[in-house]
Order: sequence, then C-alpha cells, then structure tokens
Amino acid sequence: MGVAGAPGGMIPGHPNRSPGGAPRPDAARAGGDTASQEVARGMQRSLARQFYRDMVLGRRFEQAAAEQYAQGRIAGFLHLYPGEEAVAVGSLRAATPGDYVVSTYREHVHALVWGLSPRAVMAELFGRATGCSGGYGGSMHLFDADRRFLGGYAIVGETFPVAVGVGYWLRMNDAPEAVLCYFGDGAANQGTFHESLNMAALWRLPVLFICENNHYQIGTEIHRHTAVPEIYRHGCAYGVPGRRVDGMDVVAVYEATRMALEHLRDGNGPYLLECETYRYRGHSMADAGAYRSALELAELKARDPVAGFRRRALAEGWLSEEACAGIEAEVEAVVADAVAFAEQSPEPDDLRHGVYARPLDLYRGAP
Amino acid sequence: MKRARNDNAGLVAVAEPAPELLLWQALNIAHDRALAADEAVFVLGEDVGLYGGSYRVTQGLYAKYGEWRVRDTPISENSFTGLGVGAALAGGRPIVEIMTVNFALLALDAIINMAAKLRYMSGGRLAVPLVVRMPGGVAHQLAAQHSQRLEHTLMNVPGLRIVAPATPQDAYWQLLQAVRDDDPIIVLEHELLYFHKGPFDADAPPPAMHAAAVRRPGRDITLIAWHRMVKVCLEAARVLAREGVDAEVIDLRSLRPIDLPLLRDSVARTHRALVVEEDCRFAGAGAEIAATLGELAFFDLEAPVGRVAGADVPTPYNGTLEQASIPGVEEVVQGVLAALGPREH
Repeated sequence: MGVAGAPGGMIPGHPNRSPGGAPRPDAARAGGDTASQEVARGMQRSLARQFYRDMVLGRRFEQAAAEQYAQGRIAGFLHLYPGEEAVAVGSLRAATPGDYVVSTYREHVHALVWGLSPRAVMAELFGRATGCSGGYGGSMHLFDADRRFLGGYAIVGETFPVAVGVGYWLRMNDAPEAVLCYFGDGAANQGTFHESLNMAALWRLPVLFICENNHYQIGTEIHRHTAVPEIYRHGCAYGVPGRRVDGMDVVAVYEATRMALEHLRDGNGPYLLECETYRYRGHSMADAGAYRSALELAELKARDPVAGFRRRALAEGWLSEEACAGIEAEVEAVVADAVAFAEQSPEPDDLRHGVYARPLDLYRGAP
Repeated sequence: MKRARNDNAGLVAVAEPAPELLLWQALNIAHDRALAADEAVFVLGEDVGLYGGSYRVTQGLYAKYGEWRVRDTPISENSFTGLGVGAALAGGRPIVEIMTVNFALLALDAIINMAAKLRYMSGGRLAVPLVVRMPGGVAHQLAAQHSQRLEHTLMNVPGLRIVAPATPQDAYWQLLQAVRDDDPIIVLEHELLYFHKGPFDADAPPPAMHAAAVRRPGRDITLIAWHRMVKVCLEAARVLAREGVDAEVIDLRSLRPIDLPLLRDSVARTHRALVVEEDCRFAGAGAEIAATLGELAFFDLEAPVGRVAGADVPTPYNGTLEQASIPGVEEVVQGVLAALGPREH
C-alpha cells in the first residue's frame, strides 16, 4: 500500500493540503511478513536498531525535559512518557508514512517517533518561535501538518472525534491511509470514546484506537474508575474487534499494530488495541505519584521496555554492545543539541498571530 | 469520491425571474451550490439526510449527493461536531448541522476547545474550515430546554466568527461565504425565521459577510437588532412613525465581529440607540454592543445606549408567559419613547 492519492491533494485551495505526509527517510520499512516471523528468522537489524534508538531518544528526551522544567526553562503542565516508550515506538513504526496520528497531552515521544525533529519539539516545550507550534501550543499541543501529526489534545477524550473525522474523510475519498488514535485508560469513560467507536464502526472508518493503559487517571487506579478494566472489551458493544498486548514489549506492540492496520486497510473498519503499560513518573511534573507503592513501581521498572529490549537485542544478536553504545551516544548528542537549540531560539512576538486566517479587528475601524 | 445518483427531487427549484423564497429554501439552494462547487464540502448532522432536515434545510441533498456527502449521524453532538473538526484538518470543508442551539451545549468542547483554538495553538499552521449551523431562539411553546439563545457564549470565544442571518437572501449569501472561509464559522439561525419569506436573487453580489445592513433609515433613534428582533423593530418603527418618531433599524447580520463603524455612523446621525435582543439581558450580546458603542460614540450620544431584552428567566412553556419573556413590538415602542424622553411634538 502506498501513499498515492492523498486526499488532501485533490482539493485545490484547501489550507491544510499536504503532499501526503513526507516519508520519513529513516522509516523502517519491513517486508510483508509479521514481526514474529522476522523475529523467528533473526530480526531485521535495521528495525531493531530503529526500535532501540526511538526508545532511547524518547527516554532521554523526557529526562532532559524534566531537567529543563526543574530549572524553570519549561513551564506549564508537563506530562512525561518514561515507562511507556514501547507503545509509541512499536505502534508508530508499524504505521506507514502518510497515515495520520492523533495523540494526547502526553505526546512528545509520539511526535519524535513520527519524525518531528527533537529541536522543534524541545523548542515548543520552551515556548519558542522555532517550536513545531511556534511557541503557541506548548507541551500538550504539538502539531505538524506536513507529517500529518494532528496533535496534541489536552482535553481527555478529544482525540476520538478528531480521528473519526480524519477517518471519515479518508473513507469518503477511498484513500488507503489510516488514522492512529491514542488515548489513555481514563479517556475510556468519556462519552466521545463510545460515540466515536459507534460512528467508526457504523461507517467502517480506518481508525486504529490505541489505548495506552498505564492504569492510572492521574491518581485514580483503573479498578476504581472503570467497571470493566479490560479496555479492549469495550469495543464489543459496537462490534469493534480488539485485543490486549503487553505494552512494555515493543515487538509485541509492533506486531499487534501491524495486524490491526492490515485489518483496517482491508476495509474492515476500526480496531481497538489496548497496550498495558506503566508510567514511572507522576501524571505531570506537579504529581509526585504518592498513590502508588514503591513495590509496584519497582516491579514495573524491572520490566522496563528500553532496558528489556536492549537485553533481548543483545541476546538475540540483533544488536551488538557497540551498536547500542553508539546509539546512546548519538541520542545524547541529539538531545543536548535540541536543548541548546531551544535555549538559543527567539520567543514568538505576535500575540495575535493565527487567531484567524486573516487578522480580524473585532472593532473594525475602532481605536 | 463516492458518487450518488443524480436526482434533483426535493431540491428547491428557482423559478425565473427570481421570486421570493422562504429562508429554509434559500439555505437549501446554498447547500446545493456549495456541494456542487467543491467536493471537499459535505454535510452532517441528525436527520439531515434521508429525512431531509428538521427544518427541511437539507431536503433533496441526500438523493443528489449520496450518504457520504450528506451524512445522517447518531445523536452524538460533541463527537459529530468533533468529526467535522477532524475532517477539516484532513482536507474537508464540512458543514455540521446541530439540530438546535440547545443541543450545541453538548458540542461546546468541539466548538470552543477544538475548532476555535487549533489554528492558534498550532502557531497558525493548521486551519479548521468548518461551518456549524444551529437554530435557536424562542419558537412556539417549546419550553425552557428548547427555547434559548447561545449568542453570549459564542461571542466571547476568540477564533470563532458568528453570522446571524435574518433574511433568505442573507442566509444564502452568508452560508456560501462561510463555507468558502478557512476559519470556523458559526451560522446562528432562528427557528421562527425558516418560514419567513423574502426576496431572493442567487446571483446578486453579496456584501461582506460581517457587514450590518440598514433595514429602515431614520433620524431619531437607532434600533440595533438581529434575527427575529429585526422584524419586531421594523414593526415598532411603523408604529412609532405614526407617533412622529423616525426610527432607523439596523440588522447586525454578524455578531462576531460586529460592524461597529456602521453603528457609529448611524448614531452620529440619530444620537440615540437602543439594542433589542431576544436573549436575557444580563451579560448578553446587548451589553457588549451598548458598552462598546458608549465608548466609541460617547460624544454623539444624547443618552446612554438602551437595551430592550428578554427577561432573565428560563423560557416558560405557557404561551402567555412565553411571550412576556421576550421583547415584542410594544416593549420596543415603549423603550424608544423612554429613550427619547419628553419631546416637543
């Protein structure tokens, strides 16, 4: 399946027209067989390398963001991703350039994996004009229209209707692309989740709903907020198939996403993929996470997706110690460069930029 | 693009020469033209398709353009309005019909948190070319949950623009202008105006989308209104003319932005102004208009800008009380006479 026939391209004059999602030059393009088969015959080194680099970048970038927040260079709400890396990396690497991505307020790593530059994302966290949203959005509102990265939504449950809208547009135009829609376990109790599952199923829209189930909506554990805590089972009311995978295992997420996307692209309508994962930090920098036991945290950290994949890649011979060390050093430099770039970037200076397509004076002619 | 059979059954046919049309018919023709002109345009909402729209606005379009471009939705206002936002981001130009403004309260997240803010939050890099149509106002004894106005809520939202057509011609012009615009536009309609008849010329050049219109020139006072209150003001002006008072009636046509230069010019001639609104008085649209006009035209005004507005109550079911809750001709006449003060006739 290709990215030809990008529907945005058929409407001359549409402001969001994009060339079909610029292919990521470093995109891992696996062959037609499933990841497990790849694993069975010795995983493609390029894919293993990509997984590991993405996850190290995601981990290191977020650590740097926390440091910069502590030093007062990043403000506002900052929701970090450590612990959940395998979900964004495994799912997005299974997608095809040209697909659309709609994510939540915990979306830095999704943006990075989808090809937004670490500079543009860090500069956005700093509120600088060189940020991917010009400094107007911040941590929770990352956008890149050319790459079809459509946010960055800070109201829980907003990703669903946006993704369904994109899916509607794709299906209306018989386009081959799909939409990856991320949400947390807490969002499963918003009305938009159920309303959107219904519409996506009703019209067989190519939307992959990906639940990043980290088991906590801020401080309320899933057993205390959801009557049926297996989120994938919620699809049954709408005839939406789904499954649960180990969200701490990047290969498992990758494999499950590939199967789900095949289901979508065959015209079978939406799919609900639940990835069981865990966030090491609090909900945001304002949350110390005191509602969780140290034992629980330690148990989950023992299953760390980044360290776990590193061990496995070495054991399977997918990556060498030297290759891993090389990736780690390279990522260290990339993140340091992103921070330096953000620090040196100018602030935006036009308060009214982008409220409307053309400047609008509410008091036309008035002083 | 998914095709439908070409079938004009049910669509409003425009006879030659251009006759008078009902407002819903003018909107129907505008939808047809918008759908025909641009394949990015599609319509969605509750009962807009097979049923033809609660107020017949989308009648015949489903047969002509098919289910993908005229989409009946489930009763999920927030999500189908949000669907419009998502489709607009991907390349579409959706027209969302929310059956009444009362139900739009369920869609305010999609309208206010998403549609209105996405361009700004993305540093101007994303556009949301979305039209959301919704009728409101007091109709015929529909009770409190079906008889309200939302002007005050939406007027306060940066990123939105609001048009409020009161005539078939304006409804046609402003819907087509809104569909072609690259920003989210709210088209506020009034339930009692759908069957209001007026002159219609599909090919007449439109004024600016947000320009106000002088519906009746006058010398003594400026009456500022929109939607159905324009008709009430015109009737009041006829009554006042018999009393020797020459009232100017301005149809705002747009509530965000507001055509303040036109209001200021009018007040410079009449020296008095009265805002007539159907909505509750407290913190309503009239408050913004009166305050701003007071700031802009203080030295032209002989008296503070007055307001005749709805009572600060939920709309009652009882018909007599319902009528007492909104301004009528008599209230406007009394409001004008009070604003003019003792006169030498």
